[in-house]
Amino acid sequence: MAIKGLEIRDISATRYAALGISKVPRMTKLIDLSTCIGCKACEVACMEWNDLPMDETYRAAGGYQTIPDLAHNFWNLIKFNEVDNGNGLLWTMAKHQCMHCENPGCLRACPAPGAIVQYTNGIVDFVQENCIGCQFCVTGCPFNVPRISPKNQKVYKCTLCSDRVAAGLEPACIKACPTGCLQFGTKEQLLEYGRHRVRELRSRGFKDAAIYDPPGVMGTHVIYVVPYGNHPEVYGLPADPRIPALVSLWKGPLKTIGSTIMLGGVTAALLHYLTYGPMEVKPDTDVKKQR
Amino acid sequence: MEFTRRSFLKLSASGALLTGLGFDVTPAIAHARQLKIARTTETRSTCPYCSVSCGVIIHTLGDNSYNVRPTVVHVEGDPDHPINGGTLCPKGASLKHCIVNDRRLTKPLYRAPGASHWDEVSWDFVINEIARHVKETRDRIFVQKDLQGKTVNRAEGIAMIGGCTDTSEMNFLMVKVARAFGMVYFDQQSRL
Repeated sequence: MAIKGLEIRDISATRYAALGISKVPRMTKLIDLSTCIGCKACEVACMEWNDLPMDETYRAAGGYQTIPDLAHNFWNLIKFNEVDNGNGLLWTMAKHQCMHCENPGCLRACPAPGAIVQYTNGIVDFVQENCIGCQFCVTGCPFNVPRISPKNQKVYKCTLCSDRVAAGLEPACIKACPTGCLQFGTKEQLLEYGRHRVRELRSRGFKDAAIYDPPGVMGTHVIYVVPYGNHPEVYGLPADPRIPALVSLWKGPLKTIGSTIMLGGVTAALLHYLTYGPMEVKPDTDVKKQR
Repeated sequence: MEFTRRSFLKLSASGALLTGLGFDVTPAIAHARQLKIARTTETRSTCPYCSVSCGVIIHTLGDNSYNVRPTVVHVEGDPDHPINGGTLCPKGASLKHCIVNDRRLTKPLYRAPGASHWDEVSWDFVINEIARHVKETRDRIFVQKDLQGKTVNRAEGIAMIGGCTDTSEMNFLMVKVARAFGMVYFDQQSRL
């Protein structure tokens, strides 16, 4: 299926995949946390476009958040964080969804061939048909995004509307955003726009304003403009996200060591057979009687 | 067939041989999500909620052929609309559920004075009832001359409001009606 931009760039647990060769723009979403008003239009647009069934809403004590967390049928959440910074309350609401990492931990951890793919346009997508429901991706994700469905035991998350992007449209959340807080474009364009926003914020007194594009996962295809850039944790963003060391170890050196041991075992068995021959069953043993 | 150790080994060996000969047992990786609005019919409309009056595009399944009953599958902002340029608020973004909804009103409901429940009634009944109330109220409160004896012909007991989703033409007619009744208190938002 060669749709431009949706050629496979990386794929889980598959050694010989037909990887795409075309060079297409790397698409990115920018979230300007200084202009988000927490209206939840992105949440609704996401659910509407993806035909996700609605759950009951809840009302947290004193807060504006009506859905507690991301879910298998809820891929885009605005967290209404409230932080006391010493001289007052900071209302640091922030949109959360899959970050579409350049080096995705979920894909690194996934053992199911073709269940997680990274397209040439940068989107990381789950292919539920190939998912085996092991939830290794949940362990591998530094941002705690994948959610398993109790209905079919498959994991789900934001697709960055790969269907819309492949057809030349922008993701549903970005189209809906009424304040222009969400922007869509190539990574280069949005980094430039982000730097412009950071300069503006700094001139208005947010001296720590910064772009959130964590190098621990080689950058992401969802970047943030953060007014308090020295403390991304107040927005619920991890300060230095990395793929868990256990996942890297187990998918890297341990895999080679394990394969070597297994191959050694098979070779040893073969050598044993050649040296000593097959086991001889004496007629007086009770194997026959048992059958 | 008796399943012995020997037949199991044979089966395993032939399976391994088949795989080795190029029968790939790994799942196919070709995958792409289909665009759900690729061939839908697009209809322009206006969001009915607030007075900002954002432009929306309603996507219906099917190509409007005679034999097709349209179903709304998606509603999104109209990028060519000067007011919202494609954006929508959460209420506008959920418009599909305003159209495709069990609880949507499709017939006029009437609650009689003093009653505690709503009855389904016909449009004829509703229009006659509104006309009767307007006529009765106007007859009762009509002011022909003010205190100085000047002719004013005012109907001060009735007010009329034109909504933001009414077109300019509709609002024009509403103003005509209001003037003809002698209404003083009326307003409308004609800009569509």
